[in-house]
Amino acid sequence: MWAIRGPLSPRAYWVLAVLGLLVPLGLWWLAASGEGVNKVFMPSPLDVFNRLVTWYSEDDLLDDVWVSVWRVTAGFVLSAVIALPLGLLVGTFRPVQAFLEPLTDFIRYMPAVAFIPLVMLWVGIEESSKIAIIWIGTFFQMMLMMAEDVRRVPMAQIEAAQTMGATRSETLRLVIFQSAKPALMDTLRVTMGWAWTYLVVAELVAANSGLGYSILKAQRFLQTDKIFVGIILIGLIGLVMDQLFRLAHRKAFPWLYLRS
Amino acid sequence: MADKISIRQVGKTFGYGAHQVEALKGVDLAIADNEFVTFVGASGCGKSTLLRIIGGLEWHSAGTLEVDGRPVDGPGADRAMVFQHYSLYPWLNVLENIKFSRQLRHGREDLTSADVEAAAGRADALLRLVGLSAAAAAWPNQLSGGMQQRVAIARALMGRPQVLLMDEPFGALDAQTREVMHDLILHVHKLEKPTIAFVTHDVEEAIYLADRVVLMAPRPGRIDSIYPVPLPAERDQDMKHSPEFLRLKKEILARIKDTSGMQTDQDMLDRLNLGGVPT
Ligand SMILES: Nc1ncnc2c1ncn2[C@@H]1O[C@H](COP(=O)(O)OP(=O)(O)OP(=O)(O)O)[C@@H](O)[C@H]1O
Ligand SMILES: [Mg+2]
Repeated sequence: MWAIRGPLSPRAYWVLAVLGLLVPLGLWWLAASGEGVNKVFMPSPLDVFNRLVTWYSEDDLLDDVWVSVWRVTAGFVLSAVIALPLGLLVGTFRPVQAFLEPLTDFIRYMPAVAFIPLVMLWVGIEESSKIAIIWIGTFFQMMLMMAEDVRRVPMAQIEAAQTMGATRSETLRLVIFQSAKPALMDTLRVTMGWAWTYLVVAELVAANSGLGYSILKAQRFLQTDKIFVGIILIGLIGLVMDQLFRLAHRKAFPWLYLRS
Repeated sequence: MADKISIRQVGKTFGYGAHQVEALKGVDLAIADNEFVTFVGASGCGKSTLLRIIGGLEWHSAGTLEVDGRPVDGPGADRAMVFQHYSLYPWLNVLENIKFSRQLRHGREDLTSADVEAAAGRADALLRLVGLSAAAAAWPNQLSGGMQQRVAIARALMGRPQVLLMDEPFGALDAQTREVMHDLILHVHKLEKPTIAFVTHDVEEAIYLADRVVLMAPRPGRIDSIYPVPLPAERDQDMKHSPEFLRLKKEILARIKDTSGMQTDQDMLDRLNLGGVPT
């Protein structure tokens, strides 16, 4: 059972995965039900569930979820659409790499929060400003990771195409992109998670709806249970998206899953 | 016969300044049309580099190189290459891999339906030639190493290359599979009449396949000597035991050892044994 990288039956896997979720839940319950624990510091799972229900029935939970999903998706898609071609070029052509990579490396260390004043100044306080923050948080990382994915395409695959008479653009389209596709999709999956972590930051900017905004507002009114709901919901949505990406990966690249 | 490939005073240095490596120096060689030439020599003597220069994947830093009387500038479909390490496309099945060059503009200059049909027929014929008809729809990573290499050869042949460049294509295969591959490649050579340049570490393989064996030596990489193979054009496995074959093999092996700059140090071996089993 403890063999290094040893096999594990699907049953055992699921049992352990469910346990991994239930144990912290149980600990949480225990911690919250102790004598003299202030609900403001530690609401119980039941409080949190009740808050979820009232949020749904009395407030606009679905609206908040929807607007946040939309913002994250828009910022993420905008990043991906620009990062993909640039990543392909940076990973393929050394001059483009020399021109763009150090700059990107430099920018990606800048905290996205610090851009809020600038974004408000340049983009305004409309919907686009929230998308811009998420874009700033994901784009630079995404491009660097995609460039790395592209650089990992084996040279022999590229050279084989060249000796079959492939032009530069054919090699890029039919070999490099195709070969890097599974890795690129994994990068999308990982950066999608990061896009969600910038949601709260993005909704600092003059928002009046959204999960991140609700968390911030709940903080002001000391509604700790609502903060819990917001955080857990973001986690759940992220988990679902991650699983969808994994499923799509299996469907799109069946040859990678022949043995397992 | 006209020279298919003519290499004159070709040199190649890698790197700059203190890190400069002279991989090739003053290489002269003419390879005739439809000739089968194999390259042997100690590791690092520039065999792969020379092959890659002919393939246009590497640029020579001195001398001239012509294929069909035209200077080589970059890779092209007339010079297909088969690599030692599997270079198949894992996202395409076996048949799609073989037909890869049909996706290229270059491979689609013939656009009549008869040509398209001929190409499909050729892919099937190649698949049969390499004995993989049953695996046409398999993914490359479902195949053994030997099968993958056969697909790579079929893929290289698909575009009817005039020159076939092979860099230790059978290096990772077991002895039995190798023998099958040898007869396959000789068959292709007879049938399609490509000019073949073939790099190997296996002297027996080099002699069995070639019209001429070129022996290279390191530091700097150069051609040391060339051995015409005194065997009939039509080869069969029994010839490997003929006296001419064995004599040539011995001669080439001895020469590789002399030029490699390494020798077995008997003192050193004795010292290694000191703490071990008493003799
Ligand atoms: N891209 C490169 N950059 C720097 N040096 C290189 C490069 N490719 C080859 N060399 C050097 O050139 C010399 C010849 O290398 P090459 O790979 O052609 O040898 P080889 O005869 O094919 O060796 P082997 O039998 O081990 O495959 C070696 O010293 C090697 O280190
Ligand atoms: Mg080599």
